[in-house]
Amino acid sequence: MQMLLTLQIVNLLASLLLLIVFAMLAQRRILSLINLFALQGAVLALSTFVVGYSTGQHHLYYSAGLTLLLKVMLLPWLLHRLIRQLDVKWDVETLLNIPVSMLIGIALVIFSFNLAAPISQLAHGLTRGLIGIALASVLLSLLMMLTRRKAVSQVVAFLSLENSLFFAAASATQGMPLVVEFGIALDVLVATFIFGIFFFQIRETFDSLDISHMEKLKDD
Amino acid sequence: MIINAVQIPAVVFQLTQLLLVVLAAPLLTGWVNQCQAWLQNRSGAGVLQPYRVLHKLFLKDAVIAYNASWLFRVTPYVVFGCMWLAATIIPIIAVDLPFSRAADVIALVGVFALARMFGALAAMDIGTAFGTMGARREMMVSFLAEPALLMVLFTASMLSHSTQLPYIVSAFSRHQFMLYPSLAFAALAFLIVLLAENARIPVDNPNTHLELTMIHEAMILEYSARHLALIEWASSLKLFAYFSIGIALFLPYGIAEVGHWSALPLSILLLLFKLALAGVGLALFEALSAKMRIFRAPEFLGTAFLLAVLGLLIHFLLSA
Repeated sequence: MQMLLTLQIVNLLASLLLLIVFAMLAQRRILSLINLFALQGAVLALSTFVVGYSTGQHHLYYSAGLTLLLKVMLLPWLLHRLIRQLDVKWDVETLLNIPVSMLIGIALVIFSFNLAAPISQLAHGLTRGLIGIALASVLLSLLMMLTRRKAVSQVVAFLSLENSLFFAAASATQGMPLVVEFGIALDVLVATFIFGIFFFQIRETFDSLDISHMEKLKDD
Repeated sequence: MIINAVQIPAVVFQLTQLLLVVLAAPLLTGWVNQCQAWLQNRSGAGVLQPYRVLHKLFLKDAVIAYNASWLFRVTPYVVFGCMWLAATIIPIIAVDLPFSRAADVIALVGVFALARMFGALAAMDIGTAFGTMGARREMMVSFLAEPALLMVLFTASMLSHSTQLPYIVSAFSRHQFMLYPSLAFAALAFLIVLLAENARIPVDNPNTHLELTMIHEAMILEYSARHLALIEWASSLKLFAYFSIGIALFLPYGIAEVGHWSALPLSILLLLFKLALAGVGLALFEALSAKMRIFRAPEFLGTAFLLAVLGLLIHFLLSA
């Protein structure tokens, strides 16, 4: 019975994760986008903790703690500081209008649920149904990277992609070795720093963070 | 038809609900308005104000436009009848309602659609600019809200394996406590549909008159006296019906089971409590949000549809 309850909680958190990715896809403001990203990290940490508790794998506690520290506190703080320094609180311009990207999002969800159905039948364990949700979140984050024009929102989309992959790892395969997790966490942190430097470079060169200006870079 | 001993409680339940909904619906509207007034630091007109308004309107002489057709005259009665029927067949005080078998959830949506169609046609009947504009906007909002509502009801039907509301409600209330992600999504979608269909704040403002942004009020501008009273009453009934659907699907605890006489008083008390709570929630939501531009409404309702579809998909994936 207790097992069942934790499974329900994990299912609920997974659905919440999917909902947050959709909310990010629909979000027009960069500030809210970053707050949603922090919320996604919090849900991820909670679900990792619950999976760790229900399967008795205590090393997942560490990765939940790491997620909380890195993705709920440090990265959103860095991003907030970044947009304050760059002074880019403006609305995000999307390439597709929001209802259309929502419809594409639903199609992606259906696609990935179908794709994951045979895989999750091969898998065993409590949380096998979650592969589909993780895959859908990955594809939706990818869609967000494609449809956004501004560099900051693309980076948030990239980080959300990483979150979804982490969720897949934590829920479907019941966790990676801690060394690998530390490595990935460090990678993401370093990537954010490098992105931050890139933002300054891009703005210095083009006076804008709109990456469509970069197409003029071609040498001729 | 012979009424035997088993059916008598059912008939009593049905009659109780029949009277309860029609008498309590204005009270619910009054309660929501009163909560709103308190939240806006006003003293408010009291929860009985809708009854006073209805009383006043019934005493007045009706004025009807010179070129009004029979459609215009007949619409208030049709709308009122539809809403009364809808509010009557939703099981909220007891599962065992004889009328409930008349319509499942799909037919229920049809009843709402019938009322809406008559409302829109009557608004266009006179030929004023406001009426036509209101009717067109109403149709735009509702054609986006209706699929979302159907999807919400389908999610509940999938979970309980029936489209009959009494079965859905008894299946849900008999379950042990479970977290259904799909039902949570459906509840969110239903909230948005409720706001849109009842002309509530983010989509329409129920207190506005003679503004270019109004939707529902623009449709009923030409009505007066008893016709207007019936339409106002029908709006209250509609809000009551939507609250009842929400309670039946998402908070079904305490609804009297088949043949339980003794559970009736408790279930009525619980219902009033839930409705009061839902009214406070609605007023709070309205106080906290601003009316959106009409061109944002499709996006808002698209979100409802998205949530409902996601709920359905998650039900298929997780079977929960």
